[in-house]
Amino acid sequence: MASITFREVEGSSPKYWILLGFLGLFVLFGALAWNYMHHHGHVVTGMDNQIVWGLPHVFAVFLIVAASGALNVASIASVFNKPMYKPLAPLSAILSLALLLGGLLVLVLDLGRSDRLIVAMTNFNFKSMFTWNVFLYSGFFVLVGIYLWTMLDRSVKSYSKAAGTAAFIWRLTLTTGTGSLFGFLVARELYGTAMLAPMFIIMSFAYGLAIYLMVLAAAYAWTGRALGDAVMMRLKTLLAVFVAAVLYFVVVQHMTSLYFTKFHAVEAFILRDGGSLTTLFWVGQIVIGCVVPLVILLSSLGKQRTWLMIACGLVILGGIIQMYVTIIGAQAYPLDMFPGLTEKSSFFDGEIHTYVPSMPEFFLGLGGVAVALLATTFAVKVLRLLPASLDDASVAKLEH
Amino acid sequence: MSDMKPRSDSTPASPERRRFVGAATATAAGLAIAPGVMLYEVAHGRAEEQAASSAVRWGMLVDATKCASGCNDCVSACSTENGWTPVAESKHPKQAPQWIRKLELQDPLTQMETNLPMLCQHCAEPPCVDVCPTGASFKRADGIVLVNRHTCIGCRYCMMACPYKARSLVHEPLNDTQKPDVPRGIGCVEACTFCVQKVDRGDGNTACAEACTAAGHNALLFGDMNDPESEISRRLRELPTKQVRADLNLNLGVRYHGI
Repeated sequence: MASITFREVEGSSPKYWILLGFLGLFVLFGALAWNYMHHHGHVVTGMDNQIVWGLPHVFAVFLIVAASGALNVASIASVFNKPMYKPLAPLSAILSLALLLGGLLVLVLDLGRSDRLIVAMTNFNFKSMFTWNVFLYSGFFVLVGIYLWTMLDRSVKSYSKAAGTAAFIWRLTLTTGTGSLFGFLVARELYGTAMLAPMFIIMSFAYGLAIYLMVLAAAYAWTGRALGDAVMMRLKTLLAVFVAAVLYFVVVQHMTSLYFTKFHAVEAFILRDGGSLTTLFWVGQIVIGCVVPLVILLSSLGKQRTWLMIACGLVILGGIIQMYVTIIGAQAYPLDMFPGLTEKSSFFDGEIHTYVPSMPEFFLGLGGVAVALLATTFAVKVLRLLPASLDDASVAKLEH
Repeated sequence: MSDMKPRSDSTPASPERRRFVGAATATAAGLAIAPGVMLYEVAHGRAEEQAASSAVRWGMLVDATKCASGCNDCVSACSTENGWTPVAESKHPKQAPQWIRKLELQDPLTQMETNLPMLCQHCAEPPCVDVCPTGASFKRADGIVLVNRHTCIGCRYCMMACPYKARSLVHEPLNDTQKPDVPRGIGCVEACTFCVQKVDRGDGNTACAEACTAAGHNALLFGDMNDPESEISRRLRELPTKQVRADLNLNLGVRYHGI
């Protein structure tokens, strides 16, 4: 098998420092937003006792789901033994670590008592899916860290497959855990289903790969390295399969709920009567997030790099909107404590709950994205993560 | 692991506690001829170092047929007793905590109206306790579901899990009207405690039930559901009652008549 040379990004150009500074600025905004929310309490956010998880959770859960998906490419290389993907694996691993870091930061900084993080790390209730997730996240950092080490250090290279397999199994478990955060909730109609775990896994495949493709293309374009179509076209097809699978799961979930009379009202709310949430579902999640990307990826448009990037961008945007509909939508619909009766109270029982995200929430979420990208940008400068060239000729040699 | 259980359960046995356990055993043996007396003793106040006992299960009977439309006395009494600002006085009504609220129900077909207070149902199998990552949400041996103010990290997972929307997050800094025996705090989740401070003092009643009785409605009855001789047990034997969202099979500490 031909070898591929990995090289750090030089990272001394003004362009690199501008990128770093730009991302740093958003990290700073995120930090200021947290400080503001922490100082005044959640009263300065759009969240209340009806919508208890808001925009920060949308970003956090999206990033955590995408983190596990970003490891796809590495998994294909080592677990499924596809040599063509091997040069792409180190970036895949570092990106997954960076996205998880960003997501977790948003999650913990949105706690009512973010200063009590140490309590969460030392007091455990093992019946809680959150507690499970604390261990799943920590384990992911350790396993993917080891996996990355086996890829970068020749002396431990022989353990790469074992480490890659362990990381692969772990990431499937991790996303099962993320989906089950919602799947294990009995109170709300749109949660409480085992469907959410596999659905989150397939969503992670799509979102993670879309982010990976954009980061890969950006890294190669901005450093002037060659990135051939052979690699991109394979990943493009894979992305189309993942996006189609996401659409399949969403359709099956809603079809099942629509069959049960007790879910008719909540389904009508999401699919027809929910105002902005309904618009976000149909236009954002379905059209922007699934249909348009599928058309691009499966038609000849997808062969053009620009269109491929547009499709990736839409998958990411649609993914964030999907998280919004999943997390906010389920809370906006009132709890049905007395089926068949109308409810009214000073606590907004029986009413559709409205939610307008505040600026600090938005910037806290963006801060998490910026942390993930900043960590990746820094990592490609200090570690040999990117092949010096991924032109079609070098990639073709790997397959023989 | 040790913090998984409420502190009252996990505190190592002190000499005083051992002495108490010894004394309690002797007392129990002595009182074996008078069933019910032991429960009566436990239900009426207990020493600080004495753990809550599972011999008691605190509960409430809500008679919705007696709950008056427009009356808010139970809510006001709770707010006064526990020091939370009434929602009408709050600058941020959607974010203001409400430990108890009056619910107006109506059947759209028959137009039949029902009034009832909604509060923490003190489930025997509380979903909030299941999902709490730090174990801050816990159920006391006597059935009261509480939040440990020191280990709640404000993740709000319990609020997502509660089928009764019984919990509130403290969204803003609290003014200094807090009650010394009702600790609260910004960023933490809170809910009805069945006036645990009153129960532990030996009052044997909650502020809401006292207010309802004082108003002459007698729609709320608080007591020990484990004691067959208690008023609440007697009434529960006679009246048909329901649990809200009985399909979840959570074995609630609050039972409703007339819904």
